Amino acid sequence: MTDAHPTGVLLEKKELAPKVHQYVFTAPEIARHRKPGQFVIVRLGEGGERIPLTIADADADKGTVTLVVQEVGRTTAEMARALLPGMKVADLVGPLGNPTHIEKFGRVVVVGGGIGIAPIHPIAQGMKAAGNEVISILGARNKGLLIMEDEMRRASDRVVIMTDDGSYGTKGFVTDAVKTVAAEGKVDLVVAIGPMVMMRAVSNVTRELGIKTYVSLNAVMIDGTGMCGGCRVTVGGKTRFVCVEGPEFDGHEVDYEGLMRRQRFYMDDEKASYAGFVEAHERDPKTCRMLRLADAAKANQQS
Amino acid sequence: MTDTPHIELPEHGAPALTPKERMAIPRQVMPEQDPKVRATNFDEVNHGLSAMAARMEALRCLNCKAQPCRQGCPVMVHIPDFMAKVAEGDFEAAIRIIKGDNALPAVTGRVCPQENQCEKFCTLGKKGQSVAIGRVERFLADWERNNGKAAPIVPEKKTGKKVAIVGAGPAGLTAAADLARMGHEVDVYEALHKAGGVLIYGIPEFRLPKAIVSAEVEQLEKAGVRIHTSVVIGQTITVEELLETHDALFVATGAGLPNFMNLPGENLNGVYSANEYLTRVNLMKAYTFPEADTPVAKSKSVAVVGGGNVAMDAARTAKRLGAEHVYLVYRRARSEMPARAEEVHHAEEEGIEFMLLHNPVGYEGDETGRVTKAKLEKMELGEPDQSGRRSPVPTGEIVEVPVDTVVVAIGNGPNPLVPRTTPAIRTKKRGNILAEEATGKTTMKGVWAGGDIVLGAATVIKAMGAGRAAARSIHEYLETGVWTEPVIVEEPPRK
Repeated sequence: MTDAHPTGVLLEKKELAPKVHQYVFTAPEIARHRKPGQFVIVRLGEGGERIPLTIADADADKGTVTLVVQEVGRTTAEMARALLPGMKVADLVGPLGNPTHIEKFGRVVVVGGGIGIAPIHPIAQGMKAAGNEVISILGARNKGLLIMEDEMRRASDRVVIMTDDGSYGTKGFVTDAVKTVAAEGKVDLVVAIGPMVMMRAVSNVTRELGIKTYVSLNAVMIDGTGMCGGCRVTVGGKTRFVCVEGPEFDGHEVDYEGLMRRQRFYMDDEKASYAGFVEAHERDPKTCRMLRLADAAKANQQS
Repeated sequence: MTDTPHIELPEHGAPALTPKERMAIPRQVMPEQDPKVRATNFDEVNHGLSAMAARMEALRCLNCKAQPCRQGCPVMVHIPDFMAKVAEGDFEAAIRIIKGDNALPAVTGRVCPQENQCEKFCTLGKKGQSVAIGRVERFLADWERNNGKAAPIVPEKKTGKKVAIVGAGPAGLTAAADLARMGHEVDVYEALHKAGGVLIYGIPEFRLPKAIVSAEVEQLEKAGVRIHTSVVIGQTITVEELLETHDALFVATGAGLPNFMNLPGENLNGVYSANEYLTRVNLMKAYTFPEADTPVAKSKSVAVVGGGNVAMDAARTAKRLGAEHVYLVYRRARSEMPARAEEVHHAEEEGIEFMLLHNPVGYEGDETGRVTKAKLEKMELGEPDQSGRRSPVPTGEIVEVPVDTVVVAIGNGPNPLVPRTTPAIRTKKRGNILAEEATGKTTMKGVWAGGDIVLGAATVIKAMGAGRAAARSIHEYLETGVWTEPVIVEEPPRK
């Protein structure tokens, strides 16, 4: 924000799994104000899109926020391939959205699937700090794709790991683990974050079991501050806006099909944009004319 | 249209004309891009008056003693005074007069609904055509910018006081300019990555070139105003925290959540709010995709719902993006449209197909979820409602229009972020901030508010007026240190 304490400078970057990176950015004000469940919007540079990314961790003393990002499109590809420590993104805006409602519920199950483990992490921490018994159920396709296991173990009373292929933990889906944990004793709340189909499946299970469930939705956004209305989703038959009324909603009320359909709307454009960037970057990574970060990098070299 | 009579214009000074001679001069026509050409580009539609035409137009002004035009202007620009200077060819003096009342004439000259404001009250308009006040204003502002004549904002004295402004739209920028001139240190916080608010994300390039907005923002920065983009007050920094580092605060966060009609199919793919559609194109430059990263729907047939300026902007944008058919669906009659007359006229010239007295009742889509059909109910005009306009009455007759894109342009609620994180700032039921009408003072000490966040969706000039009024009130507070409790009408009656 001010020159003395800039926001958006990348300090550390580490690969957690194939195509999944952890980024630590300077963001003093965001680090001080963010609460579990909130997100930021990132824009790399001139012509760049604004993408919402959930906050995985923050350090108010150091003035940093941690994002865990999977390469799925044009901007996340540039972050993975061209964004290096010392470089600055044009915009890192937040914290946005409502914080997770945290209080002492009793026995809380947090479910993180794939990259969804990153945003569930601060929620597990918050629930634990509020005196809950926190059971974390982590799902991944295989062992190599499981992220943040150590962090989750520190934030939880117990961790259950499920992999699709059985290469680690128990073979099966997170829904199986939810049923098992619920059978062992009363669950007061479930918070699930992951792919839309996973959140829908978890919600279907907990609806039958009568367990209150929150899910965190990822919608297409432009401003992220309640202006454009692009992130709307039907919840309980009503149109709601993910950016200012969410991102968390009652998992039993969400119209997942509608939201998934809206997420697919720009798929062809997104794929073309992603492929165009990857092709140009692989051909000439140093002077790739498509780099949004080019200006930032130049500015940093000069200073 | 009669030809302009031959009048000898000296380089300096205006010829002495009788009222009759003045009235014999026809309203000067502003050159514009050919409709067929401009419907395919995003360049500005209007070219503006020439210096000669501007002086001719100014000669039409009768300099009425009662100055009725000023009563129609929300910021009471000294119109006859600047017209006299234009007639003399003294453009610099003329623009100084305007800027004494209006900080952004290049903007208001383009976007004010003059026919409902100053020009509505012009004496000439009673019998014939009113003086083209907006066109002359626009000419002066452009002349100033193009000739490097913009007078820098020079503070009267440094007061050592600091003011925070939340939102860099018309209200915020106006307040910033005034407060800087009064000698206060000003920080402007903007949630988006670019300053300008609706002037940047909402109003299209073809109606208001972004270079004009940038030039105004640069002027402010040169005067020492600090503009902090990508900072969301209420989220990144709270109002309480800002009051620890600043002596006063002005909230001008503008419009928020777009209104929808809660119709079946309204969340189908291809159904946009006007805010989203226009933001993708204007702020994010989706019309250059894939050069810019943000896409926007490619459309063959578009229905735009609404009758205001935003609806016109969306319809004309859709046309420029290549849509074959753009239907403007409005539930009342043409005469009831709130849009500027010029925009309605331009839209029609560009081939926008008006479906008046039609109201959407639902949308249908295909298997991918893309909208394919708008179902519209025919309306007829009934009794005048509380706004004085004849209210539309449903007839029960439904027509179906094949569309692949729908843009809903029926207004916005207020932005919720500041009020909901600042309980001391009280709001109306719908979330608009309660503020004293004359000053903008809110229920929280040291905090003012103005523009759409208070008024609901209003006009650029009204927001600027609110910014100016707040700046004056803030200045008084900073000079005297006295906070008098505001007198606030809780739920003012609707006009």
